[in-house]
Amino acid sequence: MVGGLAGMTGLTAAAAGGDGALAVGTVAGPWWVVLIPLLPMLGVVLTLVCAIFDVRTKAPAWMSVACLAGSFGLAVLAYLELAGGPTAVTFGFRWIDVAWGDGPGQRLSADFAFAFDGLTCLWMLFVTGLATLIALYASEYMSHDVGVGYCRFFAAFNLFVFSMACLVMADNLVLLFLGWEGVGLCSYLLIGYFYKKPSAVAAAKKAFIMNRIGDLGLLMGMLLTFVQFGTLKYAELWPLVEPYVAAVRAGHADEVPFLVGLIPVLFMVGAFGKSAQLPLYVWLPDAMEGPTPVSALIHAATMVTAGVYLVARTYPLFLVSEWALPVVAWVGALTALLAATIGMAQFDIKRIMAYSTVSQLGYMFCGMALLTSVGGAFHVFTHAFFKATLFLCCGAVMHGFAGQLDLRRLSGVGLMPGWRIVGLAMLVGCLNLAGFPFTAGFFSKDMILAEAFVTPGPGYRAIGWILLLTAGLTAYYTFRVFFRVFVGPVEYVPGDEHHGDEHGHHHEEHGEHEGGQQGPAPEAHGHAFHPHAPGWAINLVLALLAVGSIAAAGAYFVHTEHHGWVGHLLHGSPAEPTHEAAFVDAHGHGDGHAEAHGSFFGLDPHKAMYFVSSAIGLLGIGVAFGLHYLGRTTAATSRADALLPKVGPVARWAQGKWYVDELYDAVIVKPLWVLSHVLHMFDKLVVDGLVNAAGWLPRMIGRAVRPSQGGVLHGYAVQMACGIAFALVIVWLMTL
Amino acid sequence: MSVSLSLAQASLPAPMDGVTLAHYLVVSAAMFAIGLVGFLTRRNLIIMFLCTELMFQAAGIALIAFSRFHLHMTGQTFVIFVLTVAAAEAALALALVVLLYRRKDSLSAEEWAEMKG
Repeated sequence: MVGGLAGMTGLTAAAAGGDGALAVGTVAGPWWVVLIPLLPMLGVVLTLVCAIFDVRTKAPAWMSVACLAGSFGLAVLAYLELAGGPTAVTFGFRWIDVAWGDGPGQRLSADFAFAFDGLTCLWMLFVTGLATLIALYASEYMSHDVGVGYCRFFAAFNLFVFSMACLVMADNLVLLFLGWEGVGLCSYLLIGYFYKKPSAVAAAKKAFIMNRIGDLGLLMGMLLTFVQFGTLKYAELWPLVEPYVAAVRAGHADEVPFLVGLIPVLFMVGAFGKSAQLPLYVWLPDAMEGPTPVSALIHAATMVTAGVYLVARTYPLFLVSEWALPVVAWVGALTALLAATIGMAQFDIKRIMAYSTVSQLGYMFCGMALLTSVGGAFHVFTHAFFKATLFLCCGAVMHGFAGQLDLRRLSGVGLMPGWRIVGLAMLVGCLNLAGFPFTAGFFSKDMILAEAFVTPGPGYRAIGWILLLTAGLTAYYTFRVFFRVFVGPVEYVPGDEHHGDEHGHHHEEHGEHEGGQQGPAPEAHGHAFHPHAPGWAINLVLALLAVGSIAAAGAYFVHTEHHGWVGHLLHGSPAEPTHEAAFVDAHGHGDGHAEAHGSFFGLDPHKAMYFVSSAIGLLGIGVAFGLHYLGRTTAATSRADALLPKVGPVARWAQGKWYVDELYDAVIVKPLWVLSHVLHMFDKLVVDGLVNAAGWLPRMIGRAVRPSQGGVLHGYAVQMACGIAFALVIVWLMTL
Repeated sequence: MSVSLSLAQASLPAPMDGVTLAHYLVVSAAMFAIGLVGFLTRRNLIIMFLCTELMFQAAGIALIAFSRFHLHMTGQTFVIFVLTVAAAEAALALALVVLLYRRKDSLSAEEWAEMKG
């Protein structure tokens, strides 16, 4: 079976498995694939109908969960039937088809057609699966807003899943772009869900505008692709790109025209905007203003991985330029480090998780760029699970403590009755994120770390060390959160959101679930605050996600000839790592390209990395343990406070997020603001002035002519006589 | 045509020989001018109307003169129509003047300046 571009691995015909020629073999896919995006769209319609009819129950949530579960079921079915075979294209309907000539580059055709290959399967499985679980979680989390707000939330949620499905399953770049814009829109709608809160509205605008900057890059990349290659469909595109890829691999990089080499750069800009990398990452921490299910689904697991997906999907285009992938690698590595340092100094646990997401996305981009797209994709997969778990646990904390998220005000949450599952799920998530040995996060991060020391490239070993350092920092800040908030002396200060009415509502709704979990709460609220333990929906989802995070590790151990289950899925798709020959030689004992192997202090990086990253992870956890658990008696203080004066300015800068937001404000926002005022003045004086002048002129004329209307009869008579005289003179002149 | 002309001229009394069309037109013009000036300068509504009638008659004289000069009936018939219409219009105008007088108890045209501006 030659499903995709086996010819990509044509380093040596012997080592590569393919035949060098490209088979653009696609088969027609089954019709029910169309339902995968259509069911969420049905969910949108149903929830909007609920909004129109002012439904005040949780019905929109159950409808959404049903639609998304159906979508997930179909995704599983698609995986069972289609993965491992050639790309299956299901045609939906003809969307854009314009031709302005007969030549090859004069027809733009983009259909609503869905292509299913291994990469798509991987993405759709976790997107739809997590969407279903998080919708279930949100049914309880958003329950205080039942009514129009609830319907609006689920409508935007379903629209998001529809857009993400279009993005991932598209068989051409135009449909991908539709999905891309759609997820950006839904992100805006959902971050700004609490539209009466100015900070949420500002965050939504910031996210959308920064996404737009990235979208410009993506759009220009698409236009350039069309101009250069005449088509935007993947199946037609890759054979046209292949000669350039071969030229670069053979060392003739100068044969690639500049404009073709520009395409991956532009795609990169789009990916960085959507996936929050330097310099377009500042929107993601602010996006935490949205409800926690939104943060979990969109800003941790799915939307932000769209950039990584784009790189994976258009991998051949990234290979035509010698320096496109190194740029991606360095941006990813630097972002990972920067975000980790910021995360170490924040106090808001959701913000810490947001910076952690930025950091881990840096890892994924590095993975893609270091030619281990398998590692990058596997990390996407595992990260989706454990990051969703982490966010949802933070959300449960927020839900139960009336919006309190400051880790200086919460302690020992996991030890309270009714919070066991939350605590355990959080522990599982933290272990994965920190890369504790034998967790899924450990294996996926390892693949990327090892590759940094194997793949040849500019400064890739330095990248490897940066990523190792970041792994240590990640372990530290993750367990800082865990040791401060979830264990230790039980102490809490409630937040200030919906304090009173949340109290009242939840007693009605959760009395039947929780039984005696909560003590008597005075209806005259405000005095005695009782933390609100999560109900069955939240606990169930957290348990499932925690189990999923653990089970994802198993994916590493199947299909080991393709580097795991993910590698098996990616095999044959354009995203397959191209130096498979080097991979084979490094692991197998073929004609060793010894220089491509790389070494880590004389050891095989893949083996050594298991131990090195474990050591670093455990070191990070140990430091967090020592500083934030041992000897801690209150929520607000810990041993880390004693260290603070010694690292003074660095800590302050990290806490201030390295003042990047302020820098952007000074360099970009303020000048634009000044420019807008200048233009406003211009508009007021010149443009309005012209319009006003056009109104002033007739008035002046009128004022000049008005005296002739004196109202005096004789005056009119004189004017008539003058008129006659004038006419007579004219006639006389004409006869001359 | 020349026969009728000489016949017409043959029956004129002697002092009328040197009277040409121009004389009649001058008279008409002078009457018109007097009427115009009178209309523009007099304040009394009835006198102003009188002046307009004078202008009418001046036009009539001109028409008749041209009719006699060209020996064509059209001018004179037109004058008959003009006189008729002038008469009817005089009735209307005087009725309006009566109403105006009743409103302001004065025949001065200067009283009516309310439509100023």
